[in-house]
Amino acid sequence: MRNSRWLPVYAAALYGFLHLPLAVLAVFSFNSSRFTRWEGFSFIWYKAAFADAQLAEATVNSLLIALSATLLAAAAGTLCAYGLWKRDSPWITASLYLSLVTPEIVMGISLLALYQWIFRYLAIQLGMHTVILAHVMFCTAYVVTVVSARLRSFDASLEEAAMDLGATEWQAFVRVTLPRLAPAVASAALLVFIVSFDDYVITSLVAGVDSETLPMVIYAMARKGFNPSVNAISTLIVVALGGLILVSNRIEGREAER
Amino acid sequence: MDDTVLELRRISKHYPGHRAVDGISLRVPRGALYTLVGPSGCGKTTTLRLIAGFEEPTSGELLLNGSRIEHLRPYQRNLSTVFQNYALFPHLTVRGNIEFGLRRRGDRHIEEPVRRVLELLRIAGKESRYPHQLSGGERQRVALARSLVLAPEVLLLDEPLSALDPQLRKQVRAELKNIQRGVGITFLMVTHDQEEALSVSDHIAVMNGGRLEQTGPPREIYLRPATRFTAGFLGAVNWIGGIGVRPESTRASTDAPPPEARSRQATVQSTTFLGNRYHVEVSFDGGARAVCEVPRNSHLFSPGQDVHLWWREEDEMRFPDQ
Amino acid sequence: MNRLRIWCLTPAGALLGGLFLIPLGITLAYSLMTRGPYGGVFSPFTWENYSRLADPLYAAILWRSALYAVTATTICLFMGFPLALFIARSGRRRNLYLSLVIVPFWTSFLVRTYAWMFLLRDTGLINSMLLAAGVIHQPLTLLYTPFAVILGLVYGYLPFMVLPIFATLERLDKSLVEASADLGAAPRATLRHVIIPLARPGIMAGSILVFISSLGAYLTPDLLGGGKTIMIGNLVQNQFTSARDWPFGAALSLILMLVVMGMLLPLRRQSGGML
Repeated sequence: MRNSRWLPVYAAALYGFLHLPLAVLAVFSFNSSRFTRWEGFSFIWYKAAFADAQLAEATVNSLLIALSATLLAAAAGTLCAYGLWKRDSPWITASLYLSLVTPEIVMGISLLALYQWIFRYLAIQLGMHTVILAHVMFCTAYVVTVVSARLRSFDASLEEAAMDLGATEWQAFVRVTLPRLAPAVASAALLVFIVSFDDYVITSLVAGVDSETLPMVIYAMARKGFNPSVNAISTLIVVALGGLILVSNRIEGREAER
Repeated sequence: MDDTVLELRRISKHYPGHRAVDGISLRVPRGALYTLVGPSGCGKTTTLRLIAGFEEPTSGELLLNGSRIEHLRPYQRNLSTVFQNYALFPHLTVRGNIEFGLRRRGDRHIEEPVRRVLELLRIAGKESRYPHQLSGGERQRVALARSLVLAPEVLLLDEPLSALDPQLRKQVRAELKNIQRGVGITFLMVTHDQEEALSVSDHIAVMNGGRLEQTGPPREIYLRPATRFTAGFLGAVNWIGGIGVRPESTRASTDAPPPEARSRQATVQSTTFLGNRYHVEVSFDGGARAVCEVPRNSHLFSPGQDVHLWWREEDEMRFPDQ
Repeated sequence: MNRLRIWCLTPAGALLGGLFLIPLGITLAYSLMTRGPYGGVFSPFTWENYSRLADPLYAAILWRSALYAVTATTICLFMGFPLALFIARSGRRRNLYLSLVIVPFWTSFLVRTYAWMFLLRDTGLINSMLLAAGVIHQPLTLLYTPFAVILGLVYGYLPFMVLPIFATLERLDKSLVEASADLGAAPRATLRHVIIPLARPGIMAGSILVFISSLGAYLTPDLLGGGKTIMIGNLVQNQFTSARDWPFGAALSLILMLVVMGMLLPLRRQSGGML
């Protein structure tokens, strides 16, 4: 099938719509003026962003949260996908699905309600731990989805063969299934790192004073008024997350070829 | 050698609304090449999976060297399976696949057995290849090697030749039998191909609808089938007045048959050239039909011709029970 | 075998139970309680929180949310279908074109929304350029308008439309299109009578995904819209923060959940496993 003449033109316009806003943002992050008029190339907004202690602290928080959430969700999600592959559990499958389609705001206020309810009985407060727990929860379903998709193409006879050759169930999982699952797990981990790093809605509801994340700072700056440092930090985020998603796609693509 | 290595006692496997295996009892003699044969869906693969431990029997007992094993997990049974699709670990090399079981067992000296099995199966030199870099025949030999290196009490083979192309199949068939003789391990094979079963086995069990129809040496069950199903499954049969005669034992002639032969009058319907022989299809007065095999260089028949169809009494298959 | 499976399912099961299902249960309970004088919840059970949704003030917000979501979905459909068709037909470049849709989608949602603030504000790029070119003499009010919110929703969720439609078009048997041409159908007729009907599951899946995401949107109306473009998500957040009326916020959340479920469950089967 060939494309008609107008379709590529239309597609080009849509790609422009998808990419130009980010491209423009990136270009103006190098503007030497603080106004939206090009006055020359400069790194001042990057310097300003790097000098900002609040941004630095928020970045560290975001990285810590995203890394912990990714590791925990990757482990829980992979095990869960494996368990469901052995035999489906309608309850868990339904809950996972529900957690994927629940609007973020609903998830956020429900978690806030839970935390507040628990805090009535326990002397703890909102903070990094509440954010990490929330992130692990909503990231797990992503991992299960990606890993399950890969498992679906797996032949159960390989594990049977492993057990037949003397491997226990656990050894069959670790020695036969897990190594073949590693690319899917890595790809899922990259995705949930992005999801966790980028989350604003849920995080802002369950974060405490010590756990302000990068999206929360950017949000506050964006609301406050125009600050070109936001352009600089935004550009860095787009480049970093875009790189991660490309790596994740590459892993998936290589898997698909095999 | 008449001792039994593996015994099934009234083994059943029922699924909701379906009896896959329905009360099978059989004894596999030590050192034999034993074949379970039957049409697809007859329960033979389920039987093999029950023995390997991938499925739990609904009822019945499984004995390996006289000890009950039906409650043991697959890795606790000294049995090994060659899977229909070989189930080679794609992320491990040939060596990794062959060493897999030895390592799980914690064997210290694995070099020597691995080297021997690589040589036995003529895959030495390919140890560092991955399964996807091997030909179909090589993959099959790796699957065999991986199991044989563990010297299991019984090697279970699920349709071992079905994934090979037809030309290779006959060659590998002979090789399989040689290997079995060479290593002296009991092989329990499952196949739907009756020719394959007849040609390699020391002993055959015919299955149908989850039940055992008949067991015995190939010659015996081919020539003296106990049931009409067995007779028909193992080869073509002419049903002439309640008895069965194989086409290769059925003759057609224009002259009168020998006096000791049994015969019927028939009319030639058609002849089919099969390269090394002809199939002559004839019909009787009542409309029933029969086929006889005729050598290529013998007398040619033409449709409409009246012939004597004859056979010897010892080639008759009788089924008094049916 | 079963024991290992249970061990494998336990962590995720505990996470989902403790941090998703129980919180939803608490929200349900709150939605049936009364607001306390200092923002807490009290136990006399009541339906009042739900009946307040009929209040014209709130009904207007619900209506607006539905209207914006439907508008964004329609625009996404008209933009997304041709794009999906283009990608499906682009042969060897298919993966490149597909990742050009996926990559911006996965980079920060917040940053993508912020990029539009940068473009649309009174002193933003669009106004600066138009002023410099002499097209306008006063900056246009683009930000904090319904237009900005719908634009943001379309920009944010367009890939939700493109990807499922692409998936159905990719699976579409090419010989069907050839057969249609062979039977005398012009390309336009083939599109209308063969391709679109066969892509229906993808169109359904994409539309539902865009609709439910838009309906539950929080960041987009919050950053790109003003006080007049509040949607359900903002109303919920507001009840839990400044208004401190948790029971009403909880009732709103559950209504939102019910609408999402009500859309997804009946249409899930029709979408050919894509939802």
